[in-house]
Amino acid sequence: MRVIEAIDIGTRFGSTVIHDKVNMHIDQGEIYGILGESGSGKSLLMKEMIMLQKPSSGDMRVLEYTLSSIKYPQMQALRQQWGVLFQFGALFSSLTVAENIKLQLKEYTNISDAMCNEIVKTKISMSGLPTRAGALYPSELSGGMIKRAALARALAMDPKLLFLDEPTSGLDPIGARNFDKLIMELRDLLGITVVMITHDLDSIYSIVDRFCVLADKHVVAEGSITEVLDSTHPFIERFFKNEYAQKRLNIGVKNV
Amino acid sequence: MNETYFRIQRHGDTTTIISLGDWTLQHEPAIRKALYAIDLNQNIIWDFSNVESFDSVGMLLFITFYQQSKKKASIELVGYTQDQKRLYKLVLAHYTKESIPSRDKNILYRIGELTISSYLQFLAFLEFLGHVTASFLRYFVNPRNFRYKEIMYHIQQSGMNAIFIVALTSFLVGLVISYQSAVELAKFGADIFIVDMASISITRELGPMITAIVVAGRSGSAYTAQIGAMKITEEISAMRTMGFDPYYFLVLPRIIALMISLPLLIFFADVMGILGSAFAANMELNISYTQFFERLQEVLDSKHFYIGLIKGPIFAMLIAMIGCFRGFEVSDDTESIGSQTTASVVNSIFFVIAFDALFSVILTQWGI
Ligand SMILES: Nc1ncnc2c1ncn2[C@@H]1O[C@H](COP(=O)(O)OP(=O)(O)OP(=O)(O)O)[C@@H](O)[C@H]1O
Ligand SMILES: [Mg+2]
Repeated sequence: MRVIEAIDIGTRFGSTVIHDKVNMHIDQGEIYGILGESGSGKSLLMKEMIMLQKPSSGDMRVLEYTLSSIKYPQMQALRQQWGVLFQFGALFSSLTVAENIKLQLKEYTNISDAMCNEIVKTKISMSGLPTRAGALYPSELSGGMIKRAALARALAMDPKLLFLDEPTSGLDPIGARNFDKLIMELRDLLGITVVMITHDLDSIYSIVDRFCVLADKHVVAEGSITEVLDSTHPFIERFFKNEYAQKRLNIGVKNV
Repeated sequence: MNETYFRIQRHGDTTTIISLGDWTLQHEPAIRKALYAIDLNQNIIWDFSNVESFDSVGMLLFITFYQQSKKKASIELVGYTQDQKRLYKLVLAHYTKESIPSRDKNILYRIGELTISSYLQFLAFLEFLGHVTASFLRYFVNPRNFRYKEIMYHIQQSGMNAIFIVALTSFLVGLVISYQSAVELAKFGADIFIVDMASISITRELGPMITAIVVAGRSGSAYTAQIGAMKITEEISAMRTMGFDPYYFLVLPRIIALMISLPLLIFFADVMGILGSAFAANMELNISYTQFFERLQEVLDSKHFYIGLIKGPIFAMLIAMIGCFRGFEVSDDTESIGSQTTASVVNSIFFVIAFDALFSVILTQWGI
């Protein structure tokens, strides 16, 4: 089943064209990567999936909804089914980490306060933060801790769909691998679908099932790593076929 | 017994709990209620083979319940899938008894904190004043540092762009005070004294005051919000590391620009206020415009006008300094931009009025 489908998406700001007829789709239960150079419009594509930005043309389907004709109550229903980790965290700065995570639980469920606290603590620990970090305000966190807290917030409602914008950038390598492991485990156990923007070769090799590559305003390749590597597009050549990436790929393939 | 989430079978002293349905987030309150109603003082077999779905919240609920009841009863778990077992292990690994420390403070702590922070804020203001003075003096030693472009920009923003609202406000105030006093003056047949009263009060007090209040609301708040936002995004730290002194680049241009524009705005406010008052006198007391302005020339001593004007740079300094200082006081959360902006406007209006009162007393003492 297709969870997300982009149909001929076009995005323009004035005369600047960012996307031109972008097509891609994401299946249920998959970890899907979006790859591309800085400024190629990855975050923007994700924003179009989560209704923060309207495409200039084309259409986006998310779960069973078509976003161009979606009504307000459906929008609200949809918004409760996903969790989003923003590139720069976007934690509410006047709330502590624990309050950030608890916000949606309090608003959308009848779960008791004590249980909410248990959920919050579990999510904090899952994302790799110590429990006492729950009492800190976002301004008291380091860059990596912000990422983790934002993940915990994205996971608060046990969403069916998880959007991650560069989740592992800014994390230490060990933290990044644990992050990957957690995402994988959540996908396996809870059947969630994960959409992640990433530049992290390790994530691409080890946890991403399928991904698309954005370049020159188009999707220049889509599929599993072996399928994408068949492409001869210059960006793919540069990104995957350099010495460093080749070394990683060999190691990655051996381990699998 | 409600059988949405589990079915209970009892054989002798063995209870079998057969979990059903969705053990997920949205169902948690209902499951919890039913779960804690079960009487547990026996052997328990807990069967999971009929559960449709589990999420981390459902699992967490199970774990908290299981941990508690294990002590009272012997529980045997059966019929779970491998995935459920993995989820159990995952959630259990992150289940913790440790609690999140509380950030709530008691009243005494808060009073103390408020006292100390007010004191520290006062010290910070003194430091700010010192910086401003030092940078100001350095301007003259090294005039190359003078930021003409920024100053011009802020004159445009806080001066030029405020003309319309200042003009409108003072015209209306002039009109209203004359209109109101016209009735009283007419009773004594002292119609023409409206000119004395309106012109002196407008040029000496109302013009400067209205202008200062409008500018405090318009520009003082903007200064706080701009500098505060720059502080949150660490732009100010970036400036510092590049050797751009924020006092040169942000504070002084704003102060100087406002000190230049406020007197000009006051002049404008005086003119508009007197026009408003002439208009009201004409409407209400039938004093012709010629009469009004002839009388104006006779009674309005130029010292009133100059006293009003000289307040301009002083009010400007107060407003700009408080605005900038409050901007620097913004801490790392967005809410503090709001509270500092409020404080900036409230403080500057208060100090404008306080200084105005002080002026009145001093000048009266001197007999001016
Ligand atoms: N509101 C906007 N107005 C004009 N241009 C915009 C706007 N938002 C984004 N852009 C442009 O769209 C392009 C894509 O931006 P986007 O944030 O999606 O990049 P990205 O692929 O996520 O890059 P990165 O890997 O650096 O995060 C950029 O070139 C950016 O300049
Ligand atoms: Mg981006």
